[in-house]
Amino acid sequence: MAKRIDVSGLSAFYGTHKAIDDISMTVEPRSVTAFIGPSGCGKSTFLRTLNRMHEVTPGGRVEGKVLLDDENLYDSHVDPVSVRRTVGMVFQRPNPFPTMSIYDNVAAGLRLNGSYKKNELSDVVEKSLRGANLWNEVKDRLNKPGSGLSGGQQQRLCIARAIAVEPQVLLMDEPCSALDPISTLAIEDLIGELKERFTIVIVTHNMQQAARVSDRTAFFNLAAVGQPGKLIEIDETERIFANPSVQATEDYISGRFG
Amino acid sequence: MSQATMTKDTAPTPAPVAPSLAGKRLPRWSPIGFGALSLALAVGVGLAADWQSKVQWGLIAAILFVVLTFIASSAVEGTRQAKDRVATSFVWVCFLLAIIPLASLLWVTVSRGLKVLDGYFLTHSMAGVPGFEVGGGVYHALIGTLEQVGLATLIAAPVGLLTAVYLVEYGKGTLAKAVTFFVDVMTGIPSIVAGLFLLSIMLMFNLQPSGFMGALALAILMVPVVVRSTEEMLKLVPNELREASLALGVPKWRTILKVVLPTAVGGITTGVMLAIARIAGETAPIMLLVFGSQLINTNPFDGAQSSLPFYIWEQYRVGSEASYDRAWAAALVLIAFVMILNLVARGIARWKAPKTGR
Amino acid sequence: MTTTVIPPDSPPSPPPPPPAKATPTRPGDKIFRGLSRGSGILLLVVMASIAAFLTFRAAIAISGNEGNFFTTFDWDPAGNPPVFGIAVLLYGTVVSSVIAMVIAVPVAVGIALFISHYAPRRLASPLAYVVDLLAAVPSIIYGIWGALFLVPYLGGLNSWLDSYLGWTLIFDKTEIGPARNLFTVGILLAIMILPIVTSVSREVFLQVPKMNEEAALALGATRWEVIRLSVLPFGRSGVISASMLGLGRALGETMAVATVLSPSFLFSGHLLDAGGGTFAQNIAAKFDEANEFGRDALIASGLVLFVLTLLVNGAARLIIARRKEYSGANA
Repeated sequence: MAKRIDVSGLSAFYGTHKAIDDISMTVEPRSVTAFIGPSGCGKSTFLRTLNRMHEVTPGGRVEGKVLLDDENLYDSHVDPVSVRRTVGMVFQRPNPFPTMSIYDNVAAGLRLNGSYKKNELSDVVEKSLRGANLWNEVKDRLNKPGSGLSGGQQQRLCIARAIAVEPQVLLMDEPCSALDPISTLAIEDLIGELKERFTIVIVTHNMQQAARVSDRTAFFNLAAVGQPGKLIEIDETERIFANPSVQATEDYISGRFG
Repeated sequence: MSQATMTKDTAPTPAPVAPSLAGKRLPRWSPIGFGALSLALAVGVGLAADWQSKVQWGLIAAILFVVLTFIASSAVEGTRQAKDRVATSFVWVCFLLAIIPLASLLWVTVSRGLKVLDGYFLTHSMAGVPGFEVGGGVYHALIGTLEQVGLATLIAAPVGLLTAVYLVEYGKGTLAKAVTFFVDVMTGIPSIVAGLFLLSIMLMFNLQPSGFMGALALAILMVPVVVRSTEEMLKLVPNELREASLALGVPKWRTILKVVLPTAVGGITTGVMLAIARIAGETAPIMLLVFGSQLINTNPFDGAQSSLPFYIWEQYRVGSEASYDRAWAAALVLIAFVMILNLVARGIARWKAPKTGR
Repeated sequence: MTTTVIPPDSPPSPPPPPPAKATPTRPGDKIFRGLSRGSGILLLVVMASIAAFLTFRAAIAISGNEGNFFTTFDWDPAGNPPVFGIAVLLYGTVVSSVIAMVIAVPVAVGIALFISHYAPRRLASPLAYVVDLLAAVPSIIYGIWGALFLVPYLGGLNSWLDSYLGWTLIFDKTEIGPARNLFTVGILLAIMILPIVTSVSREVFLQVPKMNEEAALALGATRWEVIRLSVLPFGRSGVISASMLGLGRALGETMAVATVLSPSFLFSGHLLDAGGGTFAQNIAAKFDEANEFGRDALIASGLVLFVLTLLVNGAARLIIARRKEYSGANA
């Protein structure tokens, strides 16, 4: 269950402000693609265009194409709701449903669809929690509220919730920026396992993290504050960090700006 | 090289058995189409059954619309989408339901009120005018309202302000908790109960009805509103300001008077004006405590007075066409008074907001 | 003497003033502090004396009552022997308020959701303002609008309900006449409490953390499912307390009921028949002709209303307070 993403000529706007300009790239299935770049360069905005979450923001608007195995997400007959079922997302801050138990949080996506059997549901919940490396920590308290977990556990709960609906693609928007180093390590290990099954795109501020977890890395930049962000280059992670083809990438990675 | 590099590994992924992204959707015009269809059907049914009330026609149309949408949507798009559409139409219907009474009330008040509202009406009392005849005016009631509301504000504004200052700047422990709780409780006191309280005092001490007694009852209703809004505003004043002033060696009471209150003055004014607007329309306490009068009485401390809301009640009770007209005209004056207070208050809030916001 | 030392276990609710050093008290500070503290105490004294005075006068009335205060279906304190009871008033007050709640709460939640989640963004704040304006209209104006406009208008609806739902008995209209009944009162009260329930609910719905809603969206939830998963669970206690605040208003409303209702002291389950009464309406209607004892009787009924609204509002506040703790713990 993993799909290729082909983006061509994509721009995104907030009202009249253009946030990202004319981005084209390919994201390979069953691999981890990392987005890096200075703050405000539009990498999170770009990520949110990949499951049509950008248009949820008031004034959010998108031009261009995003092909998910030849199907354009922005075709007029495409339902954004089914896009988001196919392309899962994990957010910067862990956001379990505060009024639901751990079990219900993981089951939430399946229950929306209505078509499940009870024992099937608990199987999926267990499988997803195992998939998120959380099962052993929470199996004795599945009926406790999800908000009672630690930050790192909550984030893995959110990952379990996202993979429970078997998406094709998993988007992660700085999933570790609110976590301590040990929880971060747990999530990074998890990403390594998940890429066997999913296409993963991760936005990160942490270049070591990009180097550790990703197969390919895309560098975004903006010419000046207020200008739209652009894709500078995308390549194998090793190449980007060792021998980038654009000077700006090297400057950013070596810490000369950003 | 700003283009994405081509990848080496272009092996096609095995075609997964995933649901297509493009769910079948109803065409975009479908809500309008169903709306027109159900309206037409409802009118047909209404005409056939000869129902007088258009409310029933509307109800039938609304029910038909929801049912049609649900059936069509669940057939084409699936149950989830159908539920979503039903929820959307429910929310829209709710909103329209709220607009109808407001529009109707304003329309009726304005159109019927303008019939007799003129300079004469505003400058004459009901002295010597029999209730069922045309003529007379609202001057004595205007005087009464202004004096009673003014007195109530003179009492309630300082008490409310000081209480809020106590709660925010000094209050802690049991007393502050009790005050907070009872301010909330006071907010919920029905105006007639506040009236009955002062009535029982009048009965105990054998006092005569006067504008002042009414003003006391209005003050009881006004204080909690002032406390609440002032408290909110004082809490918005950043602690850094207080610390800055205290660090200069300014005593606490002068800090509150010269730094805290002026910073929040816009919001406090808004709160007080909204509270005035609220009590200006109160009828029940006036009925019990001020008693009503047809004559101009400018002394709120002695003898019965009238007031705008009481005047409306009085004219309504007379029950003639002429008195109904006067009631609507007075209602128009009262609504205009309350609305202008509201608008000005909110204007002040908006105008002052940036200063208190930071 | 120091007056500004903060006890270490002070409650956290108001933002604490900057820690003041133990300084000798200035007279200005003393006076100002005394004044503001005095105002707070004054409020408590007023509340206490409301309860005390009402109880005292009510006791006079009840001791002179030859009927049973709670079960008598009559109001004749001037009669010989004086007889009055609140049974019909309690029934009318509760029934009209319940009708108002049944109509107003779902509609108010709908409007609140419309403003917070459905309306186009440019429309949202003007709409919120319009709803607030509804709250600013004085109740006497609702009253004459209800009596002179709504009552004739509801005649058709009444006969319709009678002919199609008459078998339920509560909608059985046994006499001919204008719709000056508890059902109309309930509808009018619903319109009047709509703004308060709406604005409190709207505030709560707007406080739903964005990330909770995005969590649902990212799972592929439709707009309604987002509301069901994130918004309603978060806002439930807020809606409950908003409804209770609305109920408190409906219970104590005087003028709108007094203008619309054609009262009687007959006990009837037929909501569409004219008659019945509420506490506040009865006070307004009977006050003019009442002698001193009659006024005490009215005060006694007012005491019951006072206690009723106190309970409802107290419960609403408790729910709000609990909710604050709950959300604070999760922040």
